[in-house]
Amino acid sequence: MPKDSGIGASSKRREDVRFLTGTGNYTDDINIYGQLHVHFLRADVAHAVLNGVDTSAAEGMPGVQRIFTGADFEAVGSIPCGWLITDRHGDPMQEPRHPVLAHGKIRHVGEPICAVVADTLAQARDAAEAIVLDYDALPAVIDMKDAIGADAPKVHDDLTGNLCYDWGFVEENRQAVDDAIKGAAHVTTLELVNNRLIANPMEPRVAVGEYNRADDFHTLHTTSQNPHVIRLLMGAFVLGIPEHKLRVVAPDVGGGFGTKIFHYQEEAFVTFAAKALNRPVKWTSTRSEAFMSDAHGRDHVTKIELALDAENNFVAVRTETYANMGAYLSTFASCTPTWLHGTLMAGNYKTPHIYVNVKAVFTNTVPVDAYRGAGRPEATFQLERVIDMAAHELGVDPIALRRQNFITEFPYATPVAVEYDTGDYHATMDKLIDIADFAGFDARRAESEAKGKLRGLGVNCYIEACGIAPSNLVGQLGARAGLYDAATVRVNATGSISVMVGAHSHGQGHETSFPQVISEMIGIPEDQIDIVHGDTSKIPFGMGTYGSRSLAVCGSAMVRAAEKVINKAKKIAAHLMEASEGDIELKDGRFSVAGTDKSVAWGDVTLAAYVPHNYPLTDIEPGLEETAFYDPANFTYPSGAYSCEVELDPETGHVKIERFCAADDFGNIINPMIVSGQVHGGIAQGIGQAMMEGCAYDSDGQLLSASYMDYAMPRAGDVPFYTVDHSCQTPCTHNPLGVKGCGEAGAIGSPPSLVNAVLDAINSGPGKKVAHINMPLTPSRVWAAMQ
Amino acid sequence: MELKDERDIAAPPQAVWAALLDADVLRQCVPGCTEMDGNADDGFTATVVQKVGPVKATFKGEVTLSDMKPPYSLTIAGAGKGGPAGFASGGADVVLTPSETGTLLSYDVNAKVGGKIAQLGSRLIDSFASKMADQFFDDFKKVVEGGGEDAPAADAPAEEKKGWVKRLIGSKD
Repeated sequence: MPKDSGIGASSKRREDVRFLTGTGNYTDDINIYGQLHVHFLRADVAHAVLNGVDTSAAEGMPGVQRIFTGADFEAVGSIPCGWLITDRHGDPMQEPRHPVLAHGKIRHVGEPICAVVADTLAQARDAAEAIVLDYDALPAVIDMKDAIGADAPKVHDDLTGNLCYDWGFVEENRQAVDDAIKGAAHVTTLELVNNRLIANPMEPRVAVGEYNRADDFHTLHTTSQNPHVIRLLMGAFVLGIPEHKLRVVAPDVGGGFGTKIFHYQEEAFVTFAAKALNRPVKWTSTRSEAFMSDAHGRDHVTKIELALDAENNFVAVRTETYANMGAYLSTFASCTPTWLHGTLMAGNYKTPHIYVNVKAVFTNTVPVDAYRGAGRPEATFQLERVIDMAAHELGVDPIALRRQNFITEFPYATPVAVEYDTGDYHATMDKLIDIADFAGFDARRAESEAKGKLRGLGVNCYIEACGIAPSNLVGQLGARAGLYDAATVRVNATGSISVMVGAHSHGQGHETSFPQVISEMIGIPEDQIDIVHGDTSKIPFGMGTYGSRSLAVCGSAMVRAAEKVINKAKKIAAHLMEASEGDIELKDGRFSVAGTDKSVAWGDVTLAAYVPHNYPLTDIEPGLEETAFYDPANFTYPSGAYSCEVELDPETGHVKIERFCAADDFGNIINPMIVSGQVHGGIAQGIGQAMMEGCAYDSDGQLLSASYMDYAMPRAGDVPFYTVDHSCQTPCTHNPLGVKGCGEAGAIGSPPSLVNAVLDAINSGPGKKVAHINMPLTPSRVWAAMQ
Repeated sequence: MELKDERDIAAPPQAVWAALLDADVLRQCVPGCTEMDGNADDGFTATVVQKVGPVKATFKGEVTLSDMKPPYSLTIAGAGKGGPAGFASGGADVVLTPSETGTLLSYDVNAKVGGKIAQLGSRLIDSFASKMADQFFDDFKKVVEGGGEDAPAADAPAEEKKGWVKRLIGSKD
């Protein structure tokens, strides 16, 4: 019997009422009396020496308040990178200065050069047309392998070449891996491209800066997934504003997918300019600006080798990846292809020897950073593709080959430095085979063939690591931030509760699922509990939402804080009932004395806490509010098995996705409906990457896919009805809820099965056999590969 | 992008050569050109209004002539900035060869765009540049061979419609 509230109930998302009725409060809805508007003049060349900027004609134009250039920000800090990577040789990565406005050099199309602040946006845009840039174009470096060639133009003149770092993981294992590959019975080698993506959240980025001269106080309203991170990075490292003089508010945010984690120049600009002009300053990104200024995702070029022994056991994996950083290091750019990618290369398999090499490269393109999955989709894709390829080469069943190599005993320490606490990979594969009706595939294939079509079935497994932690370990690995989270449970006098959380909800449904946990713990209705998030002046210092961490990390902090509240409430209840604290039980919102019929309601106790007339004031303080910080002991490791069935028209190369099935193990589940929704969204983005999305630059660094005319996003008609199942549950062993995280799984787990399915379809036909096609599998690429 | 083509022009190479260096001729023949000033030695300045896909812009730019080997070959290079629309640049290597009917003009054009034109109109650039080059050399042929009813710019002053060769040789009627 499904529950109708609390943990495990499919409570409807309460936030959807305001989103669907147009009453959300997004950053662009914020308009402050006296606000000015900024328009950024952005580079339309990819690489140039910027000799000068002549703003004289623009300055006198109607409504123009001030025009800022790079020179105005010389004394201001660099936009910081949040993770220091140490390379194979023990040296720190090369870390270039990242200015708020370009100064002396232009390094990518879309880089802001001047900021025109005017009374209206139209006036600012008009004035920007009158600015004259004096620049000398330089040859651009776009291709990563070209960029690290001996004669390549340098993106940053003060660095030694365009290589950010050359990372080896685990460097000490390198020789053992080489030896294992040399001695292997079979080695499958795959070279592939993990295509560059543009995140395209529905809401573009917006920033509104505000300054109050009376108390020297700054406020930044911004579209962020993590307001405290922005306050720390921008306040401490860029503008030098003390944290107690800076409030960052991220209200309703219309999707982030990673690209709203990072601290961007525009945020620093509006904060700086609001003080300089003593007026609020607002920036709203156009969609065109979003394409060339939001951090892009993926963009890896990889060679992976999988070595097997004579019995088809995996003996070694070796990879070499080129990871595009773009022109500057975005906030988490350096850690995405390393610690979020290399640590996942064991996948679901007991491969004993693994070595991962990643070369991060600067190019004259938009900075690249985490995008839904961040490193883990890149790891999963190459591993699950090379396994399928090996199965093909060896003539064995790809599922049997996977099963034979599954990790089955937990905890399991991988050769790439992580320890999986729980999992059951056979169980999710069994579930997948059941829900996807593999038994009926041959009949469906015959039906397709009767129509002149080819049908293919692709499968893959995935493992991911969520809730990156613990802080003392990531600190050793180079993180410049902690990775705990925090929650304050504030019980009001009449018993309702506000929970202030460090996590930020921008599509995840926290406002619904977090109260379900508190409701379950205390036994009061969910509607008596509200979540407060997204405002540094209201919430404790938390790290925000990314990496599927919210419930596992911030949810755990909330549980710890609620436990403190309940413990204190029990003391109050014991006093009220003149009983011993140890005999007090809390159930369904009532405190009772074990073995008696004495009880008091939750509201009686909370009222006593705030109106302490009959209260143990000598023993405990009045009030009922507790805060907890939670730093996890380990990552969590969701896993699963995915399958895709496609029908391919060999005449045109068009692929229709007929079925997509996902069997996930997310540990315990708070709200199954929200989990299904998260998986659906993730798979849609995986389908986007595998089938249609691709960011394209020409050789001069012009961004060619800069609008929806040229960048294809999946639409409703492009995706099938999904069959998702999350009944396989091996709870996480180290957080109080036993939860693992589900936000990225769909995007991580889906691209390999899509590509595997298309190749299976092609190779089932009478024509040419195809070993690999790089994503996106557009009809033209599929058709061309078949010829 | 790059494209090559040729035109037969019923005029001697010297006349074709002189036409190529004439600001008035260039203004008449550059598609969308509203202003063209300057001379072959110092270069020309030009204003061109064009629409590439969804992007319409006024380009202000400069045209320079180089590698001049009169009357046989030269290189024309142009670069224009279209404000928020981005920029366009291009060049043509032009070779004139005497032929039975006059002059064979062969050209080798390359074009580049940047900014919003590249971002929104990149798919259209090849066909656009090809159309522009065709139109330029078609009009150039007409102007050089003499206007009459085929004169390119219907709104051009009467004198210019008479045909450029006639003007060159001094006919005033």
